Amino acid sequence: MSGHSTYEPKTSFERWLDVRLPILRMAHDTAIDFPTPKNLNYWWTFGGILAVCLVIQIVTGLVLAMHYVANAGLAFNSVEHIMRDVNHGWMIRYIHANGASMFFLAVYVHIARGLYYGSYKAPREILWLLGCVIYLLMMATAFMGYVLPWGQMSYYGAVVITNLFSAFDRLIPGVGTAITTWLWGGFAVDNATLNRFFSLHYLLPFMIAGVVGLHIWALHVPGNNNPTGVDVKSKEDTVPFHPYYTVKDAFAILVFLLLFSWFVFFAPEALGHADNQVPANPLVTPIHIVPEWYFLPFYAILRAVPDKLIGVLLMFSAIAMLFLLPWLDTSKVRSMRYRPMARWFFLIFIAATLGLGWCGGKLPDDVVIAVGQDAVSGEPTGFTVVMLSRVLATYYFAYFLLVLPLLGLFEKTLAVPDTISTPVLPKGGASMPTGATASPEKKG
Amino acid sequence: MTDLSMGFRTAFSRVRVSMLAVLAVALFGVAAQPALAKTTAREAEGVSFSFEGPFGVFDQAELQRGYKVYAEVCSACHSMKLLSYRDLAQAGGPFYDPKHPNLPPAQSPYAKAIAAQYKVSDIDHDTGDVIERTATPADHFRAPFPNEYAARAANGGALPPDLSVIARAREGGPAYIYKLLLGYEEPPKGMTVPDGKYYNPYMPGDMGSFWSGPKDKVPEGGFISMAKQLTPDRVQFDDKTPSTAENEAHAVATFLAWAADPHMVERKQTGLAVMLFLLVFTGLTYLSYRQIWRNVAH
Repeated sequence: MSGHSTYEPKTSFERWLDVRLPILRMAHDTAIDFPTPKNLNYWWTFGGILAVCLVIQIVTGLVLAMHYVANAGLAFNSVEHIMRDVNHGWMIRYIHANGASMFFLAVYVHIARGLYYGSYKAPREILWLLGCVIYLLMMATAFMGYVLPWGQMSYYGAVVITNLFSAFDRLIPGVGTAITTWLWGGFAVDNATLNRFFSLHYLLPFMIAGVVGLHIWALHVPGNNNPTGVDVKSKEDTVPFHPYYTVKDAFAILVFLLLFSWFVFFAPEALGHADNQVPANPLVTPIHIVPEWYFLPFYAILRAVPDKLIGVLLMFSAIAMLFLLPWLDTSKVRSMRYRPMARWFFLIFIAATLGLGWCGGKLPDDVVIAVGQDAVSGEPTGFTVVMLSRVLATYYFAYFLLVLPLLGLFEKTLAVPDTISTPVLPKGGASMPTGATASPEKKG
Repeated sequence: MTDLSMGFRTAFSRVRVSMLAVLAVALFGVAAQPALAKTTAREAEGVSFSFEGPFGVFDQAELQRGYKVYAEVCSACHSMKLLSYRDLAQAGGPFYDPKHPNLPPAQSPYAKAIAAQYKVSDIDHDTGDVIERTATPADHFRAPFPNEYAARAANGGALPPDLSVIARAREGGPAYIYKLLLGYEEPPKGMTVPDGKYYNPYMPGDMGSFWSGPKDKVPEGGFISMAKQLTPDRVQFDDKTPSTAENEAHAVATFLAWAADPHMVERKQTGLAVMLFLLVFTGLTYLSYRQIWRNVAH
């Protein structure tokens, strides 16, 4: 799909530029005339939405960095200064803070779409891996950004997450401690930690932007997957990216911005935590340390086992599963539209992940299903959050390590259409030439 | 890692077992775990404010009453270090004068008059001596204590929290503040209240170890080091609003909500315009989408 260029320079300047730096040719071939499957549904608009999210975060972040002070004694008040005294500082900060949540919301939909429609399968493995790298970078960036306001949750979030690495002392004594000391720049989370987190929080988004460039490049070599999972066979299966998908993406982006704006202007603290409005105090530990909502499923996996090292390894493995996915799924059929069994396992997987997120926000000993009563305190006892986390985490891993490898070998799939155009033709369309309906000039 | 998992970690012995064994135990074993200390508090419900919802605005008269409660009662112990006297006169603030929209807040006669009531510490530029001078609108609210140690010494060891962002820094926000201020109750029989502490069901706490009654009826709430402050006629309002404890608490909760989020009204009004714009733009884009795709079967 890539390779052949349809760009024709129209002015003498464009011709002059084209033989020196064919940048307009590249823009034309990737964003204007790029042949895109005509059957992409709204789940495919989240790529564009994510690009908008990244730009919003970088632009608002640049402005915030002009006013923020990365110093343990001044950071909290400098954020309040932004909220109170900087012109429209409240808006810029609330866009940035809620923008992180919106970014993750969109990336989770984007990943789920890839999981369902098999977008990780050949020949798109590199595309998928680059996406996983972006997701990892996003998590690091968001975590370090959350530390910067230097509230109680910022501080204790940093303490908890950096301390995870000390678990490696169990593997090689001293190594875990050395890693945490190196991360902190000292022997506790302190000013040095805040400074380096600010520096890295400024750097990583540009690395994300770079990998996004590679991600789009890797997308444009095989071209988009599509809801049928069937490869593009002819020109009739596609439409040019512009104006067909520019307008569809624009519509989806605007709907997304409506949701985004609702949070920014009417519920800006809804996704935050009251404790983070209290300046960091190393001597007072909050009763309930919770990460931001987008990390809760991993937090639940971390806490699901009583052993810290295994908890940490499981948490990292949960993300490693995504990297291995292209080689775990044995099915030859890309889209789960034609895999009735896989579809159910996928839906349960989504439910399990959401359930893990719910568990991550609760205390491990909270009771989900009360069976009895504690003889002394009268508190209900029974099936607790930590036990539910174990069940759900087991399914999470089983989905990748058992279901997808085995299902592909045994399941009975439905008939996959020959071409993208087949399913949209009236009455099965077998008797009509494929793609006939895609020619605008032949229809009303 | 102590902070993260101390609670559930103590429930298990730290035996090294293989991952499979851990999973097996995890899934099918360990049904009973010791009950852990539990923080409880009564839910702050049944109070409403003028600034709730997308169209909510602050009632300026109530903001002024609330400032008076802060100035005459709270400020004896609680600082508001993030606020300056000029903030009181900024757009949307308690002493904003809509007749002079272009007057800088620091030039406001109200801000000047309020600031003039306070003395703040400064350095004499000629002698280098520490002096007290009359505050200006640019000064931050005068803090009642010079430092944390003085604050603790004067309050039986407890530190009165700074109130600048308190309405954002507590679950329940202004409703919690309102309920807490009015929620002092006689400690139930069977509760031992330490000296210098007061029982308040809205204060998050764990009464377990101060309770001699039935173990399954531990009262909710906790101890607070501040005695009940808002009583009828504690503050005389200038606008003839009756000086009930409820009115005082409601006014100061409103004032603290403004102080924590002084651009709230501007934010919501901007939001309405943004939403309206986006809705129209989204509608037009949708129509363009239908137009462009009308001949493509997909």
